[in-house]
Amino acid sequence: MKIMVAIKRVVDYAVKIRVKPDKSGVETKNVKMSMNPFCEIALEEALRVKELGLASEVVAVSVGPSQFTETLRTGLAMGADRAIHVEAPENIYPITIAKILKALVDVEKPGLLFLGKQAIDNDQNQTGQMVAGLLKWPQGTFASKVVLDKEKQVATVDREVDGGIETLCLNLPAVITTDLRLNQPRYATLPNIMKAKSKPIKKFTLQDLNIEIKSDLEVVEVTEPPKRKSGVIVSSVDELIDKLKNEARVI
Amino acid sequence: MEWKASYRLLNYCKHLFHRRWTPNFHYFKTFYTSGCRYYFNQPSVLIKPYIGNFQQAFQTFKHPSVSLGMHQRNRCRSQYRCFASQATIIQRRSDFSTISSEDLSYFKNILGERGVVQDEETLDAVNTDWMRKYKGTSKLMLQPRTAEEVSQILKYCNSRSLAVVPQGGNTGLVGGSVPAFDEVIVSLSHMSKIISFDKVSSVLVCEAGCILENLITFLDNQGFIMPLDLGAKGSCQIGGNVSTNAGGLRLLRYGSLHGSVLGLEVVLANGTVLDMLSTLRKDNTGYDLKHLFIGSEGSLGIVTKVSILTPPKLSSVNVCFLACKDYESCLKLLLEARRKVGEILSAFEFLDHDAMDLVLKHLEGVRNPFPSSMHNFYVLIETMGSNESYDREKLDAFLLHSMENDLMSDGVVAQDITQASSCWHIREGIPEALMKAGGVYKYDLSIPVEKMYDLVEEMRVRLDASAKVVAYGHLGDGNLHLNISTPQYDDNILAQIEPFVYEWTSKHKGSISAEHGLGLMKANKIHYTKSSETVQLMATIKKQLDPNGILNPYKVLPSSLLTKN
Repeated sequence: MKIMVAIKRVVDYAVKIRVKPDKSGVETKNVKMSMNPFCEIALEEALRVKELGLASEVVAVSVGPSQFTETLRTGLAMGADRAIHVEAPENIYPITIAKILKALVDVEKPGLLFLGKQAIDNDQNQTGQMVAGLLKWPQGTFASKVVLDKEKQVATVDREVDGGIETLCLNLPAVITTDLRLNQPRYATLPNIMKAKSKPIKKFTLQDLNIEIKSDLEVVEVTEPPKRKSGVIVSSVDELIDKLKNEARVI
Repeated sequence: MEWKASYRLLNYCKHLFHRRWTPNFHYFKTFYTSGCRYYFNQPSVLIKPYIGNFQQAFQTFKHPSVSLGMHQRNRCRSQYRCFASQATIIQRRSDFSTISSEDLSYFKNILGERGVVQDEETLDAVNTDWMRKYKGTSKLMLQPRTAEEVSQILKYCNSRSLAVVPQGGNTGLVGGSVPAFDEVIVSLSHMSKIISFDKVSSVLVCEAGCILENLITFLDNQGFIMPLDLGAKGSCQIGGNVSTNAGGLRLLRYGSLHGSVLGLEVVLANGTVLDMLSTLRKDNTGYDLKHLFIGSEGSLGIVTKVSILTPPKLSSVNVCFLACKDYESCLKLLLEARRKVGEILSAFEFLDHDAMDLVLKHLEGVRNPFPSSMHNFYVLIETMGSNESYDREKLDAFLLHSMENDLMSDGVVAQDITQASSCWHIREGIPEALMKAGGVYKYDLSIPVEKMYDLVEEMRVRLDASAKVVAYGHLGDGNLHLNISTPQYDDNILAQIEPFVYEWTSKHKGSISAEHGLGLMKANKIHYTKSSETVQLMATIKKQLDPNGILNPYKVLPSSLLTKN
């Protein structure tokens, strides 16, 4: 069985985000870019499944400008066998990504498609669900545990839901999106980084996949959240009560 | 616990015995080179220090100097060190006056009520150093707001023979920033204005009380960084950094403060304000006196303003964590790194197997990058550059070459900032892990790098199984942090370590204080590193600039050299 993992390149989790002066988006020039942390978890899970002998190959895929190949190299250094890069502009909406992923699934025919539950840049949390819908595959989202039964061709997925854990059984092929507590992604070791240099990255264009980008959405403005006002120290309980009553109006 | 308590009681008795033979015990103090000391200038409350220590032994506190690196604030638990060993006795100098009510009203007159602090709680905090190893009994802290006010304070103190201890963020490790007895504390905290920053020359001019982290944040918005970075950045102040010539993590790349500080404003003991606040990179007019004040630990003057050269902030940062089979390989790796990635190299740190072991055992949330096997040595390499793909290419070529030549047995390269900080967390977490492991004897040594690890091995042979010898440090700067970790403090172990460690360092032409300074802890040890002629000249300079010896007394130089005659 083949596993496909979708990977997104985003502004590093630890970087302080700055909004562009023209409010068209977030500043990405001269900013450290890394693999989306949830995608890292998805890839780690795929690698673990393979290491258990339940899959034969892990294919990492990404959709975006040419720099996205660097992120795919990271994926290859972690242990993916090969990668596919679909050349496309940045900031594509989930429905288009889902269509692209469906087209790639039609080419590669994997038994499992892993995605991060969401990307930390735009927090959409839609791609996994949409691609499952387009493929008409069962989906296990927000996975905190994944167990595969190769013989029965079933994946058992634990999901963290309000008030507990929901366990689903999915018939393969299926889509699984990963949550934070599923695993801890490995470091890329030096020998693997060197090996990754010679692993193939196949390129596709949108024309190859017969996909047109169109969107009904338009970004009007991106702004920073309002700054937190600094606190004041009150000198007495009476003053506090007065402020709560008349300024904050909470009592 | 029982054992501990009885041990303390034993110590306490020792002191009683000792005290009997010291007629003038009001003004005697006992210092231990690696523990806390008791004081007896309050004879009516003899039992108090004993009880006090007992309570403090289990106090948890947040230490500024382990809030290291990448925004991590670590909690650490410290034992109040209550043991006696190698006591050196320092006597309060009888020629110093004590504070009178006229003094107080004079200070209130020049500083206002707010600049004169006598509140006991505040004083308790500023009298104690962060390790809770040294504690003074000062009854007065002054908080000037201008160099003019500092000048007036010093002029007055000099005329009245009132001893003074300048204090910044109080994060020092050798007891230099707290009073030894009842010296007046002059805190620079209220002098925290940034005066100017020029982007073209990239020179920052600011007051001495600016907290390092605030300067880093200020410069970050301008696209620059400070040439030094310390674990204590959240509390330490630039004036203190300059006065102690603080080293830290960026020294390998940007050099010591003797290079980056372009000018200083200093107030001398007699109140003279020395304006050397140049922003010029080149200035060969006469003796470059600012260097006297960089690293003199406040014993020659109080730094009030600093002008400092700041490097531009670079966006491409790479961190890798490598495993080596022996120390020899670490050295070869250093040489290779200098050759292949020298221009972007920003840190080259090392730790040995025992340090790694300790961190994994005592710190939560630390990840071993090599879970499947243990190695003898680990090296952390950081590069900083302006172009990510070039830097990466260079680094990869260096790593590939080193791997092919068998200089390392394994390695990881951080793929994102989170992984980079967890690599740094291992290196920076060692001091905290040592605190958690029990007693620790710390030495901060500069040793020619090729001989550095011999000391560690000799120490292991000397101590055998009685203690764990842990070594880590800034390999790129030849700075070894030698730590001897024991479950309990033990006189016999200390006798095995000292003076051996100082003698060994001296024999190999090393320095007994690479970046921490001498302070109170090593004032009498200076001769291990400096020749007697040099120390004599230092004493002459001290006497010339501060004839009454009021500035940070009992520290840096042996008191015997400074007696008035």
